[in-house]
Amino acid sequence: MRGFLYYWKNKGRRRTMLTAYLFIAPVLIYAIAFNFGPMFASLYLSFTRYNMLTPPQFIGLANYVRVLTDDPVFWTSLKNTAQYALEVLPLNIAISLGLALLVNRAVRGIAFFRAVYYLPVVTSIIAVSMIWLWLYDYNIGLINLILEPFRIGPIDWLGDPRLALHSLVIMRVWKGVGWNMVIYLAGLQGIPLYLYEAAEIDGASPWRKFLSITWPSLRPVTIYILIMGTISTFQTFGEIYAMTGGGPLDSTTTVGFLIYQRAFQYYSMGEASTVAFILFGIIFTLSVVNMKFFQGTE
Amino acid sequence: MSYKRHKAFQQVVIYTVLIAVSVVMGAPFLWMVLSSLKPNHELFAYPPVWIPSTLTFEHYINAFRYTDFSRYFLNSFIVTGVTVISNLFFCSLAGYAFARMDFYGKNVIFMALLGTMMIPIHVRLVPLFISVRRFPLAGGNNLFGQGGTGLIDTHLGLMLPHLINIFGVFLMRQFFQSIPQELTDAAKIDGAGEFGTYWRIFLPLSKPALATLSIFVFSGSWDDFLWPLVVTSSRYMRTVQLGLQIFQSQFTVNWGSLMAATLVVTLPVITIFIFGQKYFVQGIATTGLKG
Repeated sequence: MRGFLYYWKNKGRRRTMLTAYLFIAPVLIYAIAFNFGPMFASLYLSFTRYNMLTPPQFIGLANYVRVLTDDPVFWTSLKNTAQYALEVLPLNIAISLGLALLVNRAVRGIAFFRAVYYLPVVTSIIAVSMIWLWLYDYNIGLINLILEPFRIGPIDWLGDPRLALHSLVIMRVWKGVGWNMVIYLAGLQGIPLYLYEAAEIDGASPWRKFLSITWPSLRPVTIYILIMGTISTFQTFGEIYAMTGGGPLDSTTTVGFLIYQRAFQYYSMGEASTVAFILFGIIFTLSVVNMKFFQGTE
Repeated sequence: MSYKRHKAFQQVVIYTVLIAVSVVMGAPFLWMVLSSLKPNHELFAYPPVWIPSTLTFEHYINAFRYTDFSRYFLNSFIVTGVTVISNLFFCSLAGYAFARMDFYGKNVIFMALLGTMMIPIHVRLVPLFISVRRFPLAGGNNLFGQGGTGLIDTHLGLMLPHLINIFGVFLMRQFFQSIPQELTDAAKIDGAGEFGTYWRIFLPLSKPALATLSIFVFSGSWDDFLWPLVVTSSRYMRTVQLGLQIFQSQFTVNWGSLMAATLVVTLPVITIFIFGQKYFVQGIATTGLKG
């Protein structure tokens, strides 16, 4: 990188530099005020006791100690979030790749099918929650009504503590697969055709072709999906708030929901910041691990 | 002959699978649309009635008559509209500087900005809320942000965390980098300054990228739930997503109207996706022409 003086000493370069700073100034000021600033403020608050009425009181690592050693709900929420991610991500990857392979062909009406599979993506999580609240309803939900003639149920999809989280997983997978289908579709269309032609000459079976060509070629796409998916599933909030309120018996309390609850229902701003930072650390670590692990296994 | 028959058989299998998957993927959405048009007695009929015997719009009328949904729509359109315009301008302006101008610290600043995309909303939530509440000289606050409610329960407060999305800067920079250098040189020879080049040459060429950014920002702002939940306190400042959730929690039994409201809330995003599709195709065509 060239030194500051390289730009400053030349009249033309100085002019360009100052104009450029002017162009990026709004974004920069905004990022400091609403991204970096809040992050550091949050870090500070995580070491305080703060209820918004009296000034924050510095208490060192007390929040961290309490949350990590004496807060069963935090551990429950962490377990729920991890389980949610561990169910959503593999299902999502398998199904979205399957869909991408299915719609990656030039047949009549394929645009229509792609649009139908994509529709849940453009529907907001709250709208999706509203629809599924009814589908999952114990008495009048469509799913139980459909299952009734088969003598299954009625199933208490959202009211049974052993089942509620899995019900949310099904909904989330339904909502999310269209998005990853599109990403996989772009990845599939980037694989050179001659690889398949060569495999064909060697008499490879379709499954062999998938294992030896398609799946390895899509590795970067899968890593991307895994990282983005981890980040988003670990922040799950909307459907929890709208559908279960974290219940029954905290069985669907996610870390994202817990942070909201602590901050805006109990006004424990310091403790909420502590949980938020622990979440941040987990997301960051998982992203790095995903990247390292999957790039390392070439 | 047997090859032809094999081909035909394959086609049948493919369409069967395509349709079967469509049924699963489309059913919840279809159920919402059909239910919003069903007369009340068919809503909870057993066995379930899919196709309404008569179409009725009473659920739509009720959803708007007995709630503040028209007000929620107004709020959402104001917030989303300003957010989209703000992002289009500021992200493309900064994107231009990062793509086409040379200045000290460019890469470091750019990487730092990209780093902010990693910060989860939950980490920023509490300080954002506090700074909106302590916003100086707003909502009865003094210069030091004391005494009033700041920007809580205002449109500006609703917009604030969305006005600039760093992803947009990244997107615009990527797109601008693909525009040939000759165009910049030509504009410079014609005496255009940096802003003139950006405004008159780069922006008109960037419709596909701007459309993509608009869709991204529009749906992000329109669909947001957590921030409006935190930052509004009166019913008149609610956005549509918040309105849906509250409608559901207050009138649980009124599924027909809830489905009608849900569909209406979803339509703007679907519309903008369909509308944007055209630009996506155009974008591909433009890049094709370029080479």
